[in-house]
Amino acid sequence: MACINPDGTLAPSAQSILNALSSGPAKVETLAQQAGLPLFRVRSSMRELVQAGLVTEAPQGYILTEHGRARVSPPAG
Amino acid sequence: MSDTTSVNGLPRLNEPAPAFEAVTTHGTIRLSDYKGSWLILFSHPADFTPVCTTEFIAFAEIYPELQKRGVELLGLSIDSVYSHIAWVRNVEEKTGVHIPFPIIADLDRKVATAYGMVMPGASSTETVRCVFIIDPDGILRAMLYYPLTTGRNMQEILRLIDALQTSDKHHVATPANWKPGDQVIVPAPKTMEMVEENLKAGYEMVDWYLAKKSV
Repeated sequence: MACINPDGTLAPSAQSILNALSSGPAKVETLAQQAGLPLFRVRSSMRELVQAGLVTEAPQGYILTEHGRARVSPPAG
Repeated sequence: MSDTTSVNGLPRLNEPAPAFEAVTTHGTIRLSDYKGSWLILFSHPADFTPVCTTEFIAFAEIYPELQKRGVELLGLSIDSVYSHIAWVRNVEEKTGVHIPFPIIADLDRKVATAYGMVMPGASSTETVRCVFIIDPDGILRAMLYYPLTTGRNMQEILRLIDALQTSDKHHVATPANWKPGDQVIVPAPKTMEMVEENLKAGYEMVDWYLAKKSV
């Protein structure tokens, strides 16, 4: 997996996506903007994050699962 | 005239580009991940080879200009992802140029086969230097095939993108050697009525079938 490392830790791009989702459901276009990633990277990462059970798809966009919320990193400072 | 070498078919212009899911240096990517963006899918013969290295540096150099035009880049060769990673790290170490776009590791040749990238007369183990321009709807809009010996011209690739986007935006064609800012070609009239309309429109007319205008 590209956004989840073999040891289970998240790649920075995946962490950015999870952090962006902590403020509520979002579509890939919004996540790309918030995480500063190209759209194709976000679409590809969402498949992995869904497969890992960290994110799920809802009518209003992607949302964090309970496991996903536990992986959101607190803001620095 | 008999030849037992199988030659793969080529994709066709203005038809949906062949779908794929592929392992890349940026993870598993599908063609559909690029929906809404223009995409340049290009192949190179092999990692750690001289012409390909100059091309990758050149593609990286035009990447900011491509991004301004809403275009993404996706490379491909029949090499492993580890080889790709080692090569792009080597390129950055030796030349200072970061390769910012993903590269498909097409070891099973699925993408190369779907796009007709292997030309057995040139090499049965490598892809030739192909460029496929795919529009935001996933339609294949242009193809370039270059031989193993000849590196591609990045300015022509940029010009081709500009020409396609200008044609789409203004419903026009572009003449030989066109570049942004030059006049474009008004589609040739197909009826006598359209001929009369074009004659009154104030276009620069060479004759009724060749009219130019600025956009």
